[in-house]
Amino acid sequence: MTIDVTPQVRVNDFAIKLANVNGTGSASANGLIMQAIFRMGIPVSGKNLFPSNIQGLPTWYEIRVNAQGHTARATEYDLMVAMNGQTYRDDIEAVRSGGYVLYDSSWPLDADLARDDVTFLGAPYASMCLEAFAKPRERILMKNIAYAGSIVALLGIDLELVRGLLAETFSRNPALRDSNELALRLGYDYTTANVACPLPFRVAPMDATTDSILIDGNTATALGALWAGATVSGWYPITPATGVMDNFTKLCATYRRHTEPASEPGGEPTVVNDYAIIQAEDEIAAIGIVLGAGWSGARSFTSTSGPGISLMNELLGLAYYTEIPAVIVDVQRTGPSTGMPTRTQQADLMLCAYASHGDTRHILTFPANPAECFEFMVRSFDLAEHFQTPVMMLSDLDIGMNDWVVPAFTWDDNFVPDRGPVLSNEDLAQMKEFFRYSNPNADFVTARTVPGSAEKGAYFIRGSGHDKLGHYTEDPDKYLEVVDRLKRKHAAAAAHVPAPIIETRPGAEVGLITLGSCDLAVREAVDLLGQAGIAADYLRVRGFPFADAVADFVRAHPHTFVIEQNRDAQLRSMISIETGLPILSMRPILAYGGFPLSAEHVVTAVREELEN
Amino acid sequence: MPSIVKPLIPLAPLARNDLGLTIRDYEGAMSTLCAGCGHDSITAAITHALWELSTPPHMIAKLSGIGCSSKTPTYFVRGAHGFNSAHGRMAAIATGAAAANRELTYIGVSGDGDSLSIGLGHLAHAIRRAVKMVYIIENNGVYGLTKGQLSASADVGTRPKKGETNVVAPIDPILLGLSLGATFLARSFSGDKEQLIPILKAAVAHNGLALIDVISPCVTFNDHEGSTKSYRFMREHEVKEVVADFIPEREEISARLSGGGRRSVTMHDGSVITFRSVPEGYDPTDRMAVEAYVREHQSAGEVVTGLLYLDETKPSMHQVNHTPPSALNRLTFDTVCPGSAALAELMADFR
Ligand SMILES: Cc1ncc(C[n+]2csc(CCOP(=O)(O)OP(=O)(O)O)c2C)c(N)n1
Ligand code: SF4
Ligand SMILES: [Mg+2]
Repeated sequence: MTIDVTPQVRVNDFAIKLANVNGTGSASANGLIMQAIFRMGIPVSGKNLFPSNIQGLPTWYEIRVNAQGHTARATEYDLMVAMNGQTYRDDIEAVRSGGYVLYDSSWPLDADLARDDVTFLGAPYASMCLEAFAKPRERILMKNIAYAGSIVALLGIDLELVRGLLAETFSRNPALRDSNELALRLGYDYTTANVACPLPFRVAPMDATTDSILIDGNTATALGALWAGATVSGWYPITPATGVMDNFTKLCATYRRHTEPASEPGGEPTVVNDYAIIQAEDEIAAIGIVLGAGWSGARSFTSTSGPGISLMNELLGLAYYTEIPAVIVDVQRTGPSTGMPTRTQQADLMLCAYASHGDTRHILTFPANPAECFEFMVRSFDLAEHFQTPVMMLSDLDIGMNDWVVPAFTWDDNFVPDRGPVLSNEDLAQMKEFFRYSNPNADFVTARTVPGSAEKGAYFIRGSGHDKLGHYTEDPDKYLEVVDRLKRKHAAAAAHVPAPIIETRPGAEVGLITLGSCDLAVREAVDLLGQAGIAADYLRVRGFPFADAVADFVRAHPHTFVIEQNRDAQLRSMISIETGLPILSMRPILAYGGFPLSAEHVVTAVREELEN
Repeated sequence: MPSIVKPLIPLAPLARNDLGLTIRDYEGAMSTLCAGCGHDSITAAITHALWELSTPPHMIAKLSGIGCSSKTPTYFVRGAHGFNSAHGRMAAIATGAAAANRELTYIGVSGDGDSLSIGLGHLAHAIRRAVKMVYIIENNGVYGLTKGQLSASADVGTRPKKGETNVVAPIDPILLGLSLGATFLARSFSGDKEQLIPILKAAVAHNGLALIDVISPCVTFNDHEGSTKSYRFMREHEVKEVVADFIPEREEISARLSGGGRRSVTMHDGSVITFRSVPEGYDPTDRMAVEAYVREHQSAGEVVTGLLYLDETKPSMHQVNHTPPSALNRLTFDTVCPGSAALAELMADFR
């Protein structure tokens, strides 16, 4: 690498990394920077690389700004905000040559940390805050806002805009607003007085985010569940999925709670919740609650991560075989076992696709970002009830817990949920007899009744062998009739799950297949490969079972790569299993260390493979 | 679990309940359990209790786990909605069903293996949550369906048909329930319909989880000398001092008047339970006293039966969660979807 001696000005195209100590309040300062850039209309991403710890361990936050919207994880940092003495050495090493390090100069830096190809910018945040604030906790917290003030100056972020954000956040607490404002000014003024601001890489206002929002996938998922009309949920806390139910609970309290006037004069008005959220004793109970409610005709769901899916396996098989709708959100984290609970992966694909003993297969949806979490959550409820089966939406930690810039969500008031074939008492009255697993429709789904329907619609659910009448059987032919229909029913879902996104370029011989949160990195890789003269087509799988287009795409490309975030190339295996295509007709590109995928990783892997 | 249809033998006109239904209307498929199995007697008692209560069959949801005991919901109320689920998971599924539809009568049937081993956690938490349901443990001290292994309810000293004498402490669902804050705890014996039917009827009226531990001998694997869950042991060691009558809400108010020494508890729906006889100093609403009484008899090698503990003052899961008076599953989509304007407004919070 050469040293960049004549810095060129780069506008809206850089990455910064902030190194902090977990639990010291840095998250709000880092989020403030990202939000300010977003409000300036510039595409931006923020990724929190945090430890499984409440306080004390190192934590990082990465912000990437890119006018073209290439906001996948960057691997080169122009500015390192080094606020954690424990990790100085690694952090300083991580800055690109020609980059900058911002550090707290209240304490001198060890001489052996020096690098002559980067510029060190010190500011005495601790000393300034010691002087400016009286309370010990405030002195720690305000250091974060103080360095944010420096960043505002260094990157050319609109100071008034940031002040406005602080005023919004602390509108109900003027004292706190004033402290934040003061801290912001301390950093801003110190840096403008001592450094030529802004730095060569900087922001300039755009209008690329006008109709966008800044939202994390877990919140978006909760919104999807609420708008889809979910009324019952069972859940058990687990990182990184907890945010789904935390948000669903908050949203329900806002949108689904009302007060009924007192039933008798002088009585108390009563609060009525049009929902039931049950924190279960474990994930087995959570899915049990969902199945009980789904059987009863309520839209119900649970959210969990890999360990929870493992526990749910037996009941997922029961739901598959007895045909009960259920929506399960898996916010994937690294495995196996407890793995790294605060790191991201896409390693539950096969676990979910074929969850439970015996011949089982499930419908899956794969959102790539919070906008799709919202959209696919609604779709997942429709799919679950249309096909009377569990549907799992596979999000991941990167999508679920990081804020993403996505188009604002909209809703069509003409939307009619697909509740699938459910017989009313009027329907039953027209029928001579009702048999639960008879008379399949075009999608191989048979009509159900819900408990409480007229006696004619009563039937007995059993996980043991049953025939198309719903009766117990050990007869091979009668058993086969039901399980073979289930296979056809699953296959029929291929036409109903979200269709793959396909983007082609003339003459491309390289095909990149991917899914979920790999999206941005792979799209950027397509551009970078194009710049290097390698035309590549792009296909993102968004549901399982796979559409025929997936197999066609593999066949159409002499060089097909399957890019995913797990060690064992699970998506590639699934494509091979489901389509019969030879597994070696697809080459895997894998990233599974726990951090989100970068375009560079993809480009390097494709180029190496093509050169071989 | 073959569902053999019962032959309908024409008999003298059968009595009809308030819905005009006969006991036949509350029966189910023919049992395939071993002849003499205690579970079949419990099925008969459930059939009777629901018929006497005139609960509309389609308003009953019957759920179970896995085991000989858990097969029995097929054998009663064929017009009810049934769910024979997975081993130990009935309580969780019933919790979700009850959450979605509070209008039904939930009858959960389980075994001592199903409830006290694999499903113990779900039972404990269903009790804590006060799910409104009847929870019956058909307790035979063994895993019948897997051929006679000792269960967690087997007493110390129990000799199984095969294998070693049990030395590990049993789990007693009544004592467990007392410690978990259960609000309705009863023990009975499958051979005693006279005691069991009123208990079942009171359990249906209870505003919360009504746990009934029914000693139900397994004639095939645990009815021998050395078992404390055999017909003979129960006949010799049962103590029936706590006797309660159940008077449904519809009946004459005069029946509620309780004489000297009696004690009545009015249920949530207006029905009344009258304790006709209780031992000296026994208060069925006093958790500590009940526990002491049960333990005392247990150490004397006796099994106390009856409606042992009752607390009608605690809120059920629905009251705690403030769910609407009608079923959640009947809310229309318009009611539960906030719509486009609300979403557009909310989007401003994410700028
Ligand atoms: C997950 C699982 N493990 C084991 C079994 C096998 N199994 C079936 S019934 C049963 C025990 C039933 O005992 P209990 O609940 O006491 O019922 P009983 O037959 O005595 O009435 C077991 C272990 C199963 N069905 N599922
Ligand atoms: S094995 Fe025991 S519990 Fe099972 S049906 Fe026979 S007698 Fe009843
Ligand atoms: Mg048993």
